[in-house]
Amino acid sequence: MSALAARRRTLPGFGLTMGLTLSWLSIIILIPLAGLFLKSLELSPEQFWNILSSRRTLNALRVSFGLAFAAACVNLVMGSIIVWALVRYRFPGRRLFDAIVDVPFALPTAVAGVALTALFAEKGWLGAPLAALGIKVAFTPVGIFVAMIFIGIPFVVRTVQPVLQDLDPEIEEAAGSLGASRWQTIIRVILPSLAPALLTGLALAFARAVGEYGSVIFIAGNLPNVSEIAPLLIVIRLSEFRYADATAIAVVMLVVSFVIIFAVNRLQRWARSRIPAR
Amino acid sequence: MTIEVKNLVKKFGSFAALDGVDLKVDNGELLALLGPSGSGKTTLLRIIAGLDWPDSGEVTFNGEDALAQGARERHVGFVFQHYALFRHMTVFENVAFGLRVQPRAVRKDEAAIRARVKELLDLVQLDWLADRYPSQLSGGQRQRIALARALAIEPRILLLDEPFGALDAKVRKELRRWLRSLHHEINVTSIFVTHDQEEALEVANRVVVMDKGRIEQIGSPDDVYESPASAFVHGFIGESIELPIQVEAGVIRLGDRPLRLAADGLAPGASKLFVRRHDMLVGPPGSGAFEGAVQHVRNFGPVQRAEVALSGGETVEIDAPRDKELRAGDTIGLEPRRYRIFAG
Repeated sequence: MSALAARRRTLPGFGLTMGLTLSWLSIIILIPLAGLFLKSLELSPEQFWNILSSRRTLNALRVSFGLAFAAACVNLVMGSIIVWALVRYRFPGRRLFDAIVDVPFALPTAVAGVALTALFAEKGWLGAPLAALGIKVAFTPVGIFVAMIFIGIPFVVRTVQPVLQDLDPEIEEAAGSLGASRWQTIIRVILPSLAPALLTGLALAFARAVGEYGSVIFIAGNLPNVSEIAPLLIVIRLSEFRYADATAIAVVMLVVSFVIIFAVNRLQRWARSRIPAR
Repeated sequence: MTIEVKNLVKKFGSFAALDGVDLKVDNGELLALLGPSGSGKTTLLRIIAGLDWPDSGEVTFNGEDALAQGARERHVGFVFQHYALFRHMTVFENVAFGLRVQPRAVRKDEAAIRARVKELLDLVQLDWLADRYPSQLSGGQRQRIALARALAIEPRILLLDEPFGALDAKVRKELRRWLRSLHHEINVTSIFVTHDQEEALEVANRVVVMDKGRIEQIGSPDDVYESPASAFVHGFIGESIELPIQVEAGVIRLGDRPLRLAADGLAPGASKLFVRRHDMLVGPPGSGAFEGAVQHVRNFGPVQRAEVALSGGETVEIDAPRDKELRAGDTIGLEPRRYRIFAG
């Protein structure tokens, strides 16, 4: 770009907004995260390794990431079906259901945790029949899974919904007139068109579930090595004044989350590059 | 494949998109459905394709009831105005789609599918674009790919909904000619919808003029241009002058001025007189059926277009040859070489 072109930018205010963006992101996100890393540097590599390789830490990370991923996958499937129903059909109460999707966004997570626990406890409305079948939900890893599904669902619905709404119905008519069955149209035409949005929804639901604390600790039972999530272990270490331990776990969570989000993002960009804007 | 449509009615709420349409399309024809927007032409096309369903009436293909089948079973190629290409597939996969979704029993093997797609891309002269995505193509190329995709399933009928509507004027003209020669080559019974009269007259063997959910006229391009069956057709096709006239006691009047035109066989009362712009011949004052004052003159390619205030109180635009000297302020006589009068 020539100097002349640089001076004659059509949109003014680049310097101001860029400066604000950078300082704001630094204050809100980058500096706290840098502090976290600095704190963990107080540990020698050996200590760091020992904290991480302890059975309790590994199990907590496994519970958090494993269940978060499973919950995100369930949300992906169920969220897609909910989106389909909300976008494609007109039925009484549609607006109400549409609003209900947002409840997990707004509800204080502790309230959600208490409600879910009451519901799934052995004498609860859903807990009792499930207990009769031999399935325990509250105070087990299954409870964590349920809470993570609860808080993740709006992320999938709200990312996929606008994309499905904008999907040209003529595309489906074209597929039908070319002889595709309804199922073939969904698999070959609709799902690939939604793929970038589905991946985004999956990533957001996963990230939310990994970080979830409030609702999970009520229903989890918090048994070390079984139903203890990594964020809870961090809180426990903090209350024991073992700050370095806490930051070490936090750093690992941060790095793993970042790697996963980054991978999904690349995947998403790849999917989107194949479906460029019209 | 012959298509027969009988007494088709389709309502959207209280609006009648089709209000009793009868139409017969012969095997191998290239038929244009022409009309303004809201005339029901696209609805008729979509019902024939199986993308919409009529409230009542019949649609038969070769005498067989087509309404008993869905779009999928009808084996009809449909081309959309906005192409409706699959954006996540390459051009090749778009064209191959109809072949790949066939039931396993009749599905071609991969080599045969490749050969067929290659053949179709050659037919639309775009084989070099096989690996591109639709977003990388121009509008004209996209529409040709959409056509190749529709032809892949060897459709019994080809239906095109405003196929060139989203393209710019130059590409549109090229594709018109191309479509006509393509039809000549493949000879599939084809119907296309357009609101562009020039397109309909240039491409089609027969033109169906529609208005307000009804067919106004069916005929060859010459028929509908030279002998319009109704006031609507005359006004819609070709550039026409429309004059409100009164017929009384064997005399035709424009406003208070009697015209020197024969009123034989005309019902008394208000009527409309239609003349093509270029059918108004300019003469000296006092000659011809009309008289008027030239308001202004503009040159338009081979003709000059003059705005003339007729005595009797209407202002019309006429097209006169360039060699005729016309100036603003002149008083001239006008004689309609050909004209038609429609009651109402």
